[in-house]
Amino acid sequence: MSGFFKSSIGRKYAMALSALFLMFFLLQHFAINILSVFSPNAFNEASHFMGTFWVIQYVMQPVLIFGVMYHFIMGFILEIKNRKARVVKYAKNNGAANSSWMSRNMIYSGLAILGFLVLHFIDFWLPEIETKYIQGDMSGLLADGEGFRYYEELTHKFVNPLRVGAYVLAFVFLSLHLMHGFSSAFQSSGVSSMRKQKLQAFGKAYAIIIPLGFIFIALFHHFNH
Amino acid sequence: MNLTLKIWRQKDAQSKGKMVDYKVTEISEHMSFLEMMDVLNEQLINTGEEPVAFDHDCREGICGMCSMYINGEAHGPDRGVTTCQLHMRMFKDGDTITIEPFRAAAFPVLKDLVVDRGAFDRIQHAGGYISVNTSGNTQDANAIPISKHAADEAMDAATCIGCGACVASCKNSSAMLFVGAKVSQYALLPQGQVEATDRVRNMVAQMDLEGFGNCTNTGACEVECPKGISLENIARMNREFLSASIKG
Repeated sequence: MSGFFKSSIGRKYAMALSALFLMFFLLQHFAINILSVFSPNAFNEASHFMGTFWVIQYVMQPVLIFGVMYHFIMGFILEIKNRKARVVKYAKNNGAANSSWMSRNMIYSGLAILGFLVLHFIDFWLPEIETKYIQGDMSGLLADGEGFRYYEELTHKFVNPLRVGAYVLAFVFLSLHLMHGFSSAFQSSGVSSMRKQKLQAFGKAYAIIIPLGFIFIALFHHFNH
Repeated sequence: MNLTLKIWRQKDAQSKGKMVDYKVTEISEHMSFLEMMDVLNEQLINTGEEPVAFDHDCREGICGMCSMYINGEAHGPDRGVTTCQLHMRMFKDGDTITIEPFRAAAFPVLKDLVVDRGAFDRIQHAGGYISVNTSGNTQDANAIPISKHAADEAMDAATCIGCGACVASCKNSSAMLFVGAKVSQYALLPQGQVEATDRVRNMVAQMDLEGFGNCTNTGACEVECPKGISLENIARMNREFLSASIKG
């Protein structure tokens, strides 16, 4: 396997595998977040479990951070390399004649998602790390000790319409990214069934339903609190 | 038909090129695109100008020599054809047609619309073949049973004429459709199995060395390929490469 990940195809595999992992993470993230719409208690319980279970915190979380960073950094590296592969641009290029807008602009939808992730980390992840690992409060309880804090923190974040707007916009870009990314990850992995209608239809459904679900959660809490 | 042509003119590989406008008149819609270019060149010769250099050979869509980027697409707006098979009926009277060479760092322009596609030859030399001892007792290839499905898929891959439209169309100038087809045409057949590991490793290594970009699965190559080479060939090459890398 020496040199595999330095080769163009090895990097395709690595991008695809990190993408598949991130898509699985996204599904899990959505499954927990949607609980907040139906049952604040269930959301609190699930959030506390995810935030304190050692496998999630010390194994999966570092893997996730590595996966996110790898996907972004390698995405940039490949973009730079690809731009160098055509020094003189075409005077006239009709990209729309042979490929989708989403497939040609993954770097821009990716950048929009990266911008969102910075906001999301500042909103949720950094305060969570500060509470748990700097203050040492692993209880997950509100300051007055009356129940878990997770649902209260979530709903509080979605009061500001500007933040909600930014979230909605980011999920539109996420949907565009997934529209190409889902089937692309399978194609890169060498899955020959990629072209079968079912897998493509599933990919499109995933790319629409998951981001739309996140948008629904943000709007639901904005208009209900 | 009367047309305005915007054509890339470049004296030689070292010179800086530019787009130059030309007018051509009384072009028949039954002409092929290359015949229209012949008319332009006759016109240029008659006025003492340097004719436009462009690659062509068989003019029947087999040799893979013609290589023009016409109105923003490799081989022009028609599907499943090379430039020589493109007919002027695809255009309208009064149209302005932009004609450029295939663009890729790995395909340097030699003159006007002629590019050096030697990178494809070097990839082929790296492993796009099978070694057969022709000592006189070589087994007849037709005596080896091959499933109809595998034979059809191998033949589909082998129809690649190496024109480079895939590279020209890809926003990343990736050569993976070409290399995928060349790897697949052997990987699908028993004769190709013996050298399969070295073949895919060497051909991919040479492809990377030539400076082609990375495939991001836009699918533009498949759409613009005059022979309809499928993206399945890239997926197959990826599997072959992974398998070869694991074998070490």
